[in-house]
Amino acid sequence: MFENLSQKLETVFKRLRGQGRITEANVAETLREVRRVLLDADVNYKVAKQFIDDVQKRAVGSEVLNSITPGQLIIKIIYDEVVKLLGTSKAEIHTAPAPPTVILVAGLQGSGKTTFAAKLARYLKGKGSMPLMVAADIRRPAAIDQLEMLGKQLEVPVYADRAKDALAIAVDSIDFARRNIRDTVIIDTAGRLHIDEEMMQEVAAIKKRSRPHEILFVVDAMTGQDAVNTAKAFHDRLDFDGVVLTKLDGDSRGGAALSIRSVVQKPIKFIGVGEKLDALEPFYPERIASRILGMGDIVTLVEKAQEQFDEEKAVKLEEKLRKAQFTLEDFLDQLREVKKMGPLSQVMGMLPGMNRVPADVQVDDKALVRIEAMIQSMTSEERVRPSIINGSRRRRIAMGSGTTVQEVNRLLKQFEEMQRMMKRLSKGSMKRALQGMRLPAR
Amino acid sequence: MMVFSETLQKFKSGLAKTRDSLFGKVTQLVRSKSVIDEEMLERLEEILISADVGVGTTMVILDNIKNRVKQERYESSEQLSVLLKDEIGRLLQANGGAPANGIRLPDSVRPYVVMVVGVNGVGKTTTIGKLAHNFRSAGLKVVVGAADTFRAAANEQLEIWAQRAGVEMIQQSRGADPAAVAFDSLSSAIAKQADVVIIDTAGRLHTKINLMDELKKIKRVLDKRMPGAPHEVLLVLDATTGQNTLQQVRQFTTAVEVTGLVLTKLDGTAKGGVVLAISNELKIPVRFIGVGEQIDDLQPFDRRAFVNALFESSPTESP
Repeated sequence: MFENLSQKLETVFKRLRGQGRITEANVAETLREVRRVLLDADVNYKVAKQFIDDVQKRAVGSEVLNSITPGQLIIKIIYDEVVKLLGTSKAEIHTAPAPPTVILVAGLQGSGKTTFAAKLARYLKGKGSMPLMVAADIRRPAAIDQLEMLGKQLEVPVYADRAKDALAIAVDSIDFARRNIRDTVIIDTAGRLHIDEEMMQEVAAIKKRSRPHEILFVVDAMTGQDAVNTAKAFHDRLDFDGVVLTKLDGDSRGGAALSIRSVVQKPIKFIGVGEKLDALEPFYPERIASRILGMGDIVTLVEKAQEQFDEEKAVKLEEKLRKAQFTLEDFLDQLREVKKMGPLSQVMGMLPGMNRVPADVQVDDKALVRIEAMIQSMTSEERVRPSIINGSRRRRIAMGSGTTVQEVNRLLKQFEEMQRMMKRLSKGSMKRALQGMRLPAR
Repeated sequence: MMVFSETLQKFKSGLAKTRDSLFGKVTQLVRSKSVIDEEMLERLEEILISADVGVGTTMVILDNIKNRVKQERYESSEQLSVLLKDEIGRLLQANGGAPANGIRLPDSVRPYVVMVVGVNGVGKTTTIGKLAHNFRSAGLKVVVGAADTFRAAANEQLEIWAQRAGVEMIQQSRGADPAAVAFDSLSSAIAKQADVVIIDTAGRLHTKINLMDELKKIKRVLDKRMPGAPHEVLLVLDATTGQNTLQQVRQFTTAVEVTGLVLTKLDGTAKGGVVLAISNELKIPVRFIGVGEQIDDLQPFDRRAFVNALFESSPTESP
């Protein structure tokens, strides 16, 4: 997630870090690079411009020029601005004083509303709610069937009525929920273009009649420059409470998140990170900002670990990550544990340093098998002190594991990289580092 | 043979959004000043980037315009839109291929196998419904294969489109091996002497290696059943997607050698600039564009008509 943005910013920062003193000229040059990075990542043109202006103003001030480590300061300023753009706090879903809580889900076609509705139902059910899903998309062929199937899969009831219009379905579903003691109603509406007046009126009418406590606007994270217009149009009609960013498990985006957040001033509440129904996460702006700046996302990783295995193990994992004491042996253990947490590519993105693995080296679950084989082909001494692994040992490991020397090299390099990143983080308080109070220097 | 008749009016009206917002702004820009200067070029940069043309391609266009302004001594701002039209036309030309796209069925290949791929939510199934309708209207016998066995109710959705188009659909239960469905569909089409087979596949993000491998397998299996198949691999792209589009084109092409692109939802977006980015950086022809939700709203992409439609002033503007 966001790997490309992180990667590109890192090259820019590397150059900055090399500078002993920051002059107006090289600030301008660097910020041009940052601007390009942002535009390539689909950050809206105007938002990017504002961003650069803000940073420039702060960076060229005497504060930076007189400081001992201007490079670090600029990075901190950029980080702060990213956090500022993303919003500063995590948001929750509004609930009704008396049940049922009504949640309205709206967005463009293909943004992933139906999948999100099901993920949200699963999420709320896991927290002890009794949700009802409502199929108010009567436009798309088989949308109702889709929601019904998902409901069956989740064992969550679905209210559907093929004889009614969307408005009647939405209104009647709330009575249905009351009668059937469901405390949360999730209304899945049809995808609509923000310029389709008739459809926009329909969703506004649904809002008026169903009086939702929470309106969520679902948007594809890959959306381009038009994201701001779409968000604005939906916001004008619905005054939604929060944004859901979907398809964040792909590559090279993040721009839409920055743009939408800055244009409508509403928090991003959830992110979709996969096709499976459990691939939904709350949105933590600081974490995403840390990730953008290549600092890894240890907090999410630890939380995910907590969901999967017990508290004690999770604490140990955090300890190990924090102390950066682990060996290749531990690395292997962790990889096996991590495997339980879901597709590796997702989890790896959260580890510091891992987002610097070149984009063409993709992590797939088969690679894990090879990594396992390689580590198992090492002696115990080699696992503790990888520095002793010379050329002939590398050849032996490659032969023993049925891999190539190049693969062994890559593994060792990645491991080294990871250790370095962790050392950096553990020097200061990790939490503070994540919050951007203190940024790592090279 | 050329299956799709061109209804230029529809093409134009579908592009109205792109034209009004993107090039309407250029017109305004041209009117606001009398000479081409730095500020004007900067505003042009904003217009292009805001239309998802992308930084790289925008720079290419701007550099060319700057050079020509210098060398050919253009000064008047009105010449800017002429220059821009030239540059865009040239970019699309570099893309190669016939001026009018769409799919041409060679007479010797029956059934002609079309495999449709793309990320989630771009409109693959809808596109297939429209494609099937178009082929059917041209008097061809069409079979669609429901190889999206992952998403809930994908079969049902395709079935409705198949009914609307009046074509036959081959399916298995949800969770079945998509390659097996593709194989079955092709076998059935051969037995029934169909002219065209369109294989729907599940949406997948291009970063998921295992899912991309699955796609490769579907392609291999088709080739096994009928050497040379699929004859066309269409990648469906959502016009509202930003620069990630390029990544999608690259990754899908690496996996299954995409032969043509379909750009959907062009009616709703103010964009369409990504067409230029694709032409500048990748050499895969755009075959169709989707300009509406009706079954006949899939139009062959015509480069010349596209450029002309963009630059023609809209009815609301004074000439």
